[in-house]
Amino acid sequence: MPSSAAIDLTSVRYAWTAGPPVLDIARFTVASGERVFLEGPSGSGKSTLLGIIAGVLAANAGQVRVLGTDLATLTPAGRDAFRADQVGVIFQLFNLLPYLSVLDNVLLPLRFSAAKRARLTDPRSEALRLLTTLGLAAPELLDRSVAALSIGQQQRVAAARALLGQPALIIADEPTSSLDWDARAAFLELLMRECRAAGSTLLFVSHDRSLASLFDRGVSLASLNRASAP
Amino acid sequence: MKSLAGLALRSLWNRRDTAALTVFSIAVSVALLLGVLHLRDDARASFANTLSGADLVVGSRSSPVNLLLYSVFRIGDATNPVSMAIVDKVARHPDVAWVVPISLGDSHRGYRVLGTVPAYFEHWRYGHGKALAFTAGAPFADLYDAVLGAEVAQRLGYRTGDTLVLAHGVGEVSFANHDDKPFRVAGVLARTGTPVDRTVHIGLQGLAAMHVDWTSGAHAPPAERVSADDARHADLTPTRVTAFVVGMKARSAVFLMQRALNEYASEPLTAVIPGVALTQLWQLLGVAEGALLAIACCVVAAGLLGMLTAILTSLNERRREMAILRSVGARPRDVFMLLWLESCLLASAGAAGGILLMYAALIASRPLLLQRMGVAMELGAPTTYDLALLAAVIGTSLLIGAWPAVRAYRRALADGLSIRL
Ligand SMILES: Nc1ncnc2c1ncn2[C@@H]1O[C@H](COP(=O)(O)OP(=O)(O)OP(=O)(O)O)[C@@H](O)[C@H]1O
Ligand SMILES: [Mg+2]
Repeated sequence: MPSSAAIDLTSVRYAWTAGPPVLDIARFTVASGERVFLEGPSGSGKSTLLGIIAGVLAANAGQVRVLGTDLATLTPAGRDAFRADQVGVIFQLFNLLPYLSVLDNVLLPLRFSAAKRARLTDPRSEALRLLTTLGLAAPELLDRSVAALSIGQQQRVAAARALLGQPALIIADEPTSSLDWDARAAFLELLMRECRAAGSTLLFVSHDRSLASLFDRGVSLASLNRASAP
Repeated sequence: MKSLAGLALRSLWNRRDTAALTVFSIAVSVALLLGVLHLRDDARASFANTLSGADLVVGSRSSPVNLLLYSVFRIGDATNPVSMAIVDKVARHPDVAWVVPISLGDSHRGYRVLGTVPAYFEHWRYGHGKALAFTAGAPFADLYDAVLGAEVAQRLGYRTGDTLVLAHGVGEVSFANHDDKPFRVAGVLARTGTPVDRTVHIGLQGLAAMHVDWTSGAHAPPAERVSADDARHADLTPTRVTAFVVGMKARSAVFLMQRALNEYASEPLTAVIPGVALTQLWQLLGVAEGALLAIACCVVAAGLLGMLTAILTSLNERRREMAILRSVGARPRDVFMLLWLESCLLASAGAAGGILLMYAALIASRPLLLQRMGVAMELGAPTTYDLALLAAVIGTSLLIGAWPAVRAYRRALADGLSIRL
């Protein structure tokens, strides 16, 4: 790999179609294996930035290097494949497909990534291992409809899905904001431990500054972003 | 692709109530369309085969439709009779295999009485050349014998050996009865689904015997009447009949004979080829047929629009589902395929259900259709036409289903990773 940085953004600009610029970032880097906390007020463009790093959105200008790959050199389908193989994503809420069981939700990324499939000799037992680590091993939970889970349980299933197949980069978009303090701390601890064990880089977004101390480093989007706040 | 089909199936299963309703409404509409087409084809075939095996129907000069209506369907009245002389002349023609004269005019409790010869039971065919069959008794042997069509016997409860009194003229209620010369039921015909079922057949001589003491539609005064037994000794050779049916030895001679009869100088005649004339008559009813088909097509369109509505409505609530799929690496194309597959699955299931439903309805309604409408429904495998129609329905649904799929595709591109509700 030419760069040891997991994420390396240079002069990146982004505007939603026919809107004012949302992001204008001179430089943003995250080292490989680093766990970074990104904070900013609502509407400041945190989710948009994650979309660019995950390759779902294409920057209007500048260079986006993720895990050593310049995303601009990839086709849109290539970026989708890159994400499938290298990235795990956790959302704030509603992470799970309602028509799949808990286990099938965890195994969902394997449907889209040959690389993740190849990294796992026994996907099912790895999924079970992750769920056990996250405290969701009860066999009756596995085949249950995800709608029957508590929100905290749903978020842990989402974490297991993001971690499955050891993606090099985990992106989490406010995954704890709907949890109470105890559940939040427990969830974060588990997430950190698994990232450390897998050597994954973690980019964690929240507007809750009190969590920053748990991470290697905290960054404020406002300090990075030169685009005017909405 | 396989994995997407699996997801589409699970997603449909998750919404199985709506999905089942959608499939059902498509199935009903497809069944209706196929059913209407089958009914049309079979009704047309049944209609065109109301009289088969005969090469010509000949009556006095009138329109072919009129001739068919009274000779084959036994509706309305003949304008003029034809002479027995021409019947005999045609019968003697070397190219002619057989001739069956028929005479109409009387009735029995709303059913037409047809005077004819025993050869009628041999040569009058229906459907694909099916001969008339007796469920009881035999063709008339005695002067006062009658053979009843299946419906006449069933509705009026007659069995062989029963006597019946024929009425002069046609009409449900008649005051001029031939009660002095009652007839005996000699035979009952099997059901044909044609007007034969609604006919009382008697011999031409029997018909003449009934009218031996009638002049210009009025019974003679009581003193001059002839008893049934005395009538047996009168000269009962018919001089005129309503029409006659001709079978030729060779098909090739049909047109020549038809032309000769139509141009016959000494008596104005109309000769028609029954199959051709029946098809022409059917085409007069073609407007209704087209309207029925148009309605069936509209129902299919409504069924498919129902599917479109169901999918489009679900699209909004499934926005986050699409974002989740995108986050795990699904391409916008996959999102498109997922929704498109759902339309395909719904429409295919609907089309398959439609076929099953149609056959079920067909099996259930076959006896009734045959009995009430004289339509013999064929229970064959789906025809290529059926399959083409199903392909058209599925093809249309693919086009329709592309719409929500394209919308989901566009949104997948525009939404990024944000989950919007
Ligand atoms: N799909 C979209 N189409 C158009 N504009 C969008 C879209 N998503 C976000 N935006 C706009 O981009 C700006 C940044 O939105 P973004 O979702 O990145 O903010 P955020 O920091 O994640 O906020 P929050 O903390 O509320 O999640 C907002 O002004 C928003 O209106
Ligand atoms: Mg956000």
